[in-house]
Formats: sequence, structure tokens, C-alpha cells
Amino acid sequence: MASRRVNQDLPVIARFEVRHRNYLAPDGSIQRPLPSFASDSKLLTELYRSMVLLRLFDRKAVALQRTGRLGTYAVSLGQEAVSVGIASAMRMEDVLLPSYRDNGALLWRGVKLEEILLFWGGDERGNRFSGPVHDFPFCVPVGSQAPHAAGIAYALKLRKQPRVAVCLFGDGATSKGDVYEAMNFAGVHKLPLVFVVANNQWAISVPLRQQTACETLAQKAIAAGFIGEQVDGSDVVAMRAASEEAIAAARDGHGPRFIEAVTYRLGDHTTSDDAARYRSAEEVQAHWKEEPIARLRAYLVAQKMWSKADEEQLAAECHARVEVAAERYLATVPRRPETMFDHLYADLPEAYAAQRRELAGEPDA
Amino acid sequence: MPEATLVEAINLALARAMEDDPDVVVLGEDVGVNGGVFRATAGLQKRFGAERVLDTPLAELLISGLCVGMAAQGLKPVGEIQFMGFIYPCLDQLVNHASRLRNRTQGRLTCPMVLRTPHGAGIRAPEHHSESTEAMLAHIPGLRVVMPSSPERAYGLLLAAIRDPDPVVFLEPTRLYRAAKGEVEDNGEALPLDTAFVLKEGRDLTLISWGAMLKETMAATEALSAEGIAAEVIDLATLKPYDEDTVLGSVAKTGRCVIVHEAARTGGFGAEIAATIAERRLSSLLAPVTRVTGYDTVVPMARLEQYYMPSVERIKTAARTVCQFS
Repeated sequence: MASRRVNQDLPVIARFEVRHRNYLAPDGSIQRPLPSFASDSKLLTELYRSMVLLRLFDRKAVALQRTGRLGTYAVSLGQEAVSVGIASAMRMEDVLLPSYRDNGALLWRGVKLEEILLFWGGDERGNRFSGPVHDFPFCVPVGSQAPHAAGIAYALKLRKQPRVAVCLFGDGATSKGDVYEAMNFAGVHKLPLVFVVANNQWAISVPLRQQTACETLAQKAIAAGFIGEQVDGSDVVAMRAASEEAIAAARDGHGPRFIEAVTYRLGDHTTSDDAARYRSAEEVQAHWKEEPIARLRAYLVAQKMWSKADEEQLAAECHARVEVAAERYLATVPRRPETMFDHLYADLPEAYAAQRRELAGEPDA
Repeated sequence: MPEATLVEAINLALARAMEDDPDVVVLGEDVGVNGGVFRATAGLQKRFGAERVLDTPLAELLISGLCVGMAAQGLKPVGEIQFMGFIYPCLDQLVNHASRLRNRTQGRLTCPMVLRTPHGAGIRAPEHHSESTEAMLAHIPGLRVVMPSSPERAYGLLLAAIRDPDPVVFLEPTRLYRAAKGEVEDNGEALPLDTAFVLKEGRDLTLISWGAMLKETMAATEALSAEGIAAEVIDLATLKPYDEDTVLGSVAKTGRCVIVHEAARTGGFGAEIAATIAERRLSSLLAPVTRVTGYDTVVPMARLEQYYMPSVERIKTAARTVCQFS
């Protein structure tokens, strides 16, 4: 802790600690004994496959955006391990509340690639997705889904269901009252809720040091009365392990947890952003040495769980999946304009039904 | 039939809804042990338990956001915001989430929540306790905005709001909480939303109001009656979506309309009604549609608030003026 002028004569009444978790070093070497699931080569390769698919999908989405066939899009480049790692530790009956950069979590939970494209292509039907029906859609107003997560977790607890809500957001969101209010409430009621902050160091152009004076974001959980852990968010093994522990604790009635996933946004904030305006190429280049996919691949190759042939086959598979999804997305039949009134209310009040008819070119009733 | 004040009617409706449906939960600041600062939730925690009648931390944004999450899970949360002056942190949740969850997920998730809050001035309360900003809420597509003006309608409309499958902001006229008394039968029967109530029929002009201002409006009507002016009085009750048919039907009959609301004039809900009348019943009008409203200034604190709120005299003057057009 930074030096502070404190009166040393006063007794200390509380001390807090924040732990850091990391298993794989950036070069894929092992830092400390791995968690038991790491012996499951099927799981590890599945995590790897999901991250690779996400990266290729992002590339395709950006290409679609650059050619005018998709709206603004947020890539996960460099932080794929965060959303994939947490989602892999969830059960389908758990409830996901993603931010707009959590495509990886949605894909793991069964949302189709073309549904994600549909959302970013400006069509609400992308939110009526094939993932769990109770999962929330992407949240665009930063951090505003955190109170929803608390409300959901309260409902799960009230009904004594062994389910957990998982709320994802970025470092910028930790500056918002929404997030703190939700954390505070979750602490009071020991809710089955796991908060995960993808600390990718940048909230568009604002660096972490202008976001907070805290040494860690994990320590924000301490103020809400529960455990916050800092995790190497570019190490998917650490993300998965931390997520497993946090979700199990929440499910078993031990209350909320907070995971700070320290990672780096290698890409622009979105396709509408140019990160070169506010950060140096050298900084970005340095973080490329830590990125999660190369890291896990190095480990898998060293363990002989992965080969060059596997890599080539995976690339071909992902390419094919992404291309098929893009074709399906582009072939989606457009909605009729008047459907913007659909699902506004359970039953559209007559006052607005008239406007719907007007838009549809139908005669007024 | 037993008599109840408006706040007692709210309490009866909440208890009835909780009794009928285990998914109904009540949450807010001081709603539990204390029974609410106005006693609207008195006795509920004792009867239904602290899990379903929940004292939240002091965080209004949280209350509204919790409601969205609970509702998406199938609960029927009824959140209380202690005074309307404290509702603004909830606007993000109401605009960005509650009102559009159904639409943006194309019906996959829904938001059957109610956010209750006292509305209006006139109880000599401290600063920020006297707001009437219903128009900004009525501007939000996907919401319902409801405001009762009597114990009977408070009971029936609150039951309807809780049972409604979409988000409802329920504004309770603070000034009438104890001042309004009436017969309320606790029979579990809801009143229709989106329906205005004709409180008095008349041929000469239409007076439209909602919430506490109905009190002054009715008093003005009595006085006008003595002068030979027969006013029809409409309690709008639901502002979003409002009952255009009843309003337009009445104006077609009377040809004259005065809209009375406590909120500031500019962009107030009266403007919406006046515009609809101008668009759809211009040929029926015998006089300009007139508004009697709060002034376009900050709601003053206790010493001046009586001058801010439309008086019986101002309503009478406006009514006489429109009746002088021929």
C-alpha cells in the first residue's frame, strides 16, 4: 500500500488481503501446481477451441463492419480467456449478465454466431437467442446490469434454487454507483452472485489509473463485505479455476464473490474507435506477449495435448463455422418496419396500435 | 363497506396482492419494520416475512434495478421510492431497461414490476419532497404511468398495476394519502388500466386532471355549478397510455377543455392532451384548450408551495374564460 500519513498510535481494528491467482506464465510454463481440471485434456482443448473460434469470429465481424454489412462491433482481442473461462464454469441453469464485450461467454452458452451478428447488425432478434432463455442480453449502458444481477440472485435465493447469477463488466464499470450498489446489496444478503470485472486497462481512452486510485479492483469487494480475488485474466486456467471456486461458493450459500481478471484489450474499443490516438504501439506490442491463446497453446503443445495438425484442423473448422454464420446472418429476412411495436407491451395499447397501422400502411381502425 | 384513507387503500391492495400471489415482493427504504415513511407498507413484513418485504440499502437506482432483475426471473416486485424527488437515479433503469426489456429481447424476457412513489406538493415537506415530474415518465415508451385520486381507485389500480405483465410507475398523491377517505371493499377486484374515469358529467366544458389536483378541480366544479356552468370532470388516472377516447368523446360533447395539473407547464402532460385534441377534435372546439398548471419554476419549499399549486380560483377563472368564447 502506498505510504499514507496515519497515526501509528491508534490500534488497528481490521486488516484485509487480496490474493492473486496465476498458473500459466505468458510463455505457457507452469507457475504453480495446476488445478485438478487441468488434467482433463478434453476440457483444456475445448477452452482453447472456444478462444480461437472467438478470435476468428471477431475478425470476420470486423471485416463485415468494414464493408458496411455490420454495425459497430466490439472485439474481444486479447481478453478471450475472461468470458470463455467464466462461462465454462457455469451451469446452464445459472444466469449470465454479459457486457457488450462478452461474445465468448454467449457462444459457450449456446448462442449462435449468426445471432450475435444479428444483434450487432442492428436487429433485436439477435437478443432472442438460442442460449439459456433466462440469460440477459448484452448490456450496453456500462455497469447498469449489476443491479439486475442482484435482483436475479435475490429471486434465486428466495426460491431456494441452487443457481448462481454471473455478472460481467469492464474496469470502467467499477467507477459506477450501479456496480457498487449491487455489490453492497449482494454482500448484505449473501446472494449467489459472482461479479467478474475484465480489467483490460482501458475504458475507451481512459486508463485504469484515471479510473481509480485503488491498488486492485478486487479490493472493491472488501468494502461490500465479501471476497475479491485478482486473477491473471489472460491465463484461461486461472480464470476457469477462480470461476469454479467462486461459483461453487455462491451456489453453496457462502455469498457473492468478486473476480478481477487482469487482462489487456489488444484491439480498439470498438470498430468506431482508434486506440492509436491514446496509447502507444509499444505498449500494445508488449501485451501481445501475454495474450491468452498463444499462452494456452504453448502449454498444450508442451503437454502433447495439441499438435500442428490439430491447429490446422481447428482453423479450418472455425473458418467454415464463421463463414456459414456470416452467410446465414446476411440471408436473414429483414423485419417489417411495423414490428418495432411488437413486444413493446404484452398487449399493444390501442393508442400505439394506431401508429403501428400507420407504419404498416394499413387503414386506421 | 369499510372506509379507508388513500394510503390505507394502498396498504390493503399490497396485502391482497401478496396474499394472492407468492411471487409478489415489496422492497424499498424503510418499508419493512417501519412500514414505510407514510405507513403504506405497515404490517406487511410481519405478515409476509422479511424475505418478501425487504428493507433495502439506501440506494434508489438499486431498488429499481433489483426490480428489473427480480421481474425477469418471474417475481412481481413492487419497489417503493420514498419521495418522487428521489426517483431520478431510477431513470436509467426505467428508460434503458425496465421499459424495453420485453422489446429488446423480442419477448424472451419481461419486466412485470411496479415502482411506487409519492407524488406532488402540499404537505409542507422539506426540499426535494414535492416533485410532480410525471410527464418525463409518461414520455418513456414501454412503461405505464398510473396515478389514482381516491382510495377506491388507489386500491383497484394498484392491484391492476401489480398484475400487469409490464412495468408500471405508480404515482401516489401525497396530499391525499390521509386527506382522501372513501369506501373501499377489499375484494381483490382490479380496476382497468389505460382507462379514464368520468367523475362528473356536464355539458359546458371538460375539466381533465389527475392525482391530487382532482380535489381542487372538483371544488371548482361545485362553485361553477352554482354559477350555472356544468363541468364534466375526467380523472385521467392512467397517463401512459392515456384514454384518448374518453377525453375526445367528452370534448366532442362540450367543445371546451381545461387541463389541470400540478406539474410545471412546459412539456407537461397537459401539452400532450391539448395537442391530441387539436389534432383530432379541432372542429368540435368552441374555445382554445387551456391549461392550469404549476409554474415553470422550481417547486418552492413549504412557505410558497401553496402559490405554486393551481388553486380552485385559477381553475374557476380558466373555466369561466373558456365558457365566454361563443
